[in-house]
Amino acid sequence: MKITDGEVLHVAALARIRLDNSEARGLRSDLDKILGYMDILAAVDTTGVNPTHHPLPLVNAMRDDREQGCQDLADVLRNAPQHEDGYIAVPRVI
Amino acid sequence: MLETARQYRRCKKSPVEKTRAFLEKIRSDTFNAFITVDEAGALQGAQVAEELLKSPDAGALAGIPVAIKDNICTRGVRTTCASKILSGFVPTYDATVVKKLKEQGAVILGKTNLDEFAMGSTTTSSIAGPTRNPRDPSRTPGGSSGGSGAAVAAGLCAGALGSDTGGSIRMPASFCGITGLKPTYGSVSRYGLVAFASSLDQIGPMAPTARDAAVLFDAIKGYDPLDSTSVPRDYGPTDLDGIDLKGLRIGVPEEFFGEGLNQEVKAAVQSGIAVLEDMGGRIVEVGLPHAGYGVAVFYIVATAEASSNLARYDGVRYGLRVQDPLDLGDMYARTRATGFGPEVKRRIMLGTYVLSAGYYDAYYRKASQVRTLIAEDFRSAFSRCDIIAGPTTPVTAFRLDEMIDDPLSLYLLDIYTIPANLAGLPALSMPCGFDSLGLPVGMQLMAPHFREDLLLGAGISFQDRTAYHQEGS
Repeated sequence: MKITDGEVLHVAALARIRLDNSEARGLRSDLDKILGYMDILAAVDTTGVNPTHHPLPLVNAMRDDREQGCQDLADVLRNAPQHEDGYIAVPRVI
Repeated sequence: MLETARQYRRCKKSPVEKTRAFLEKIRSDTFNAFITVDEAGALQGAQVAEELLKSPDAGALAGIPVAIKDNICTRGVRTTCASKILSGFVPTYDATVVKKLKEQGAVILGKTNLDEFAMGSTTTSSIAGPTRNPRDPSRTPGGSSGGSGAAVAAGLCAGALGSDTGGSIRMPASFCGITGLKPTYGSVSRYGLVAFASSLDQIGPMAPTARDAAVLFDAIKGYDPLDSTSVPRDYGPTDLDGIDLKGLRIGVPEEFFGEGLNQEVKAAVQSGIAVLEDMGGRIVEVGLPHAGYGVAVFYIVATAEASSNLARYDGVRYGLRVQDPLDLGDMYARTRATGFGPEVKRRIMLGTYVLSAGYYDAYYRKASQVRTLIAEDFRSAFSRCDIIAGPTTPVTAFRLDEMIDDPLSLYLLDIYTIPANLAGLPALSMPCGFDSLGLPVGMQLMAPHFREDLLLGAGISFQDRTAYHQEGS
């Protein structure tokens, strides 16, 4: 077994997704099968091979530090589920 | 597309008439290709195009009605990603590709269906329900850009944009019998494309022919300071007359013709390659020894990136927020539980797992190293050939009611398309024949970085010589 019930719940907590019991069971079995397939990578000798995180050798893209226009606040707030006085509102944190 | 452009110039038809005709056809669409149709916006765009066409400088796209995959932002028109979690979201800006299309006078008809967050190969995991394949409505159009594929194949638009992270343009192009191009990573701006896996995602054209795909590609490509992975370079126009295939070295990797490839697909692709050879191409055997590891690498790298990219859907700034949360943590966890569908959850979970403490080296780091080997395979293959040819998918479009309820088997359908994404290479799918049921088969061509000219040129020349792209539609 690649992944336990406990690990599924731990990963769900990290990913901030609440799972019910049947979902957790289904995911454990799916992930187990998928992770089992990933074992084929163990056969590849990667000693001394650099990882690729990006397909092209680009370096940092910088621009001049100059003021630019931005989106309209009213437009942006229209998408917010809840807002007050020009701020996005969320449940009490402290 | 080009024929419509000519009709406009001879004043045989007007963009408003043409747009009305497409909207009328979309109203009776039975394939469920669109999530949102923007009738008012389209007619307004058509009127703007009529003005543009009064100038002799108007481009080929002026007044051409196109459709946009619904994971690409359109100002003032809701963008859903086919997900409940984006309910109510209306972008405040246009994606760079949409802005470019509008500037050139293209008419945006609406937003096409997809698998939720472009994660899938069937266009079934959508809040809008599944899209059906116009070639046979009992079958899937492929995915994830299945709405765009179906809209083009059914003649509901002149062309469309899709996005391709592991084959999402090429697979529906293959299943629907149209032409689709995944451009070189960095050649088309991703600004305004809702991110799935940022080191793999690319926007590209889907169209009835390679020539039309070239017109769309020319319109959207180019450097964009708003996308930090956009590549600054000279992007010249594509030669719409095609290329002379004489002496073109066509690499055929044996790894793409092995176990798992349907025999009828194999035969059609081989006959397509024979046409290229007949036109003067020189067949060269090449090896891509690590390509078979592509699916494993992809579903580690792509899900890892997705788990990070999709962290933004938290119920705070836009989209769904559950009612009466106990606290912030409860709001995040329940909003995401309610808003994401099963495949998206599966991928976020997988991506979170492979990045988590204790597993990072075994999965993510290992996969990123094998990704290097896959890219090196291509570099070495392209020292011996100019383009690589093979199948796009191992099978033709399958029936929606025969769909296997096993994620891994669906992932394996991406086996021939994934390597180009991992290496950032351009790749094109175009029709090269049919199976015994009359379903289209796609041939995939791949080229070195920024050599879309070879792919589109070969595609145009191939289609001038064959009729597969016209048959059955």
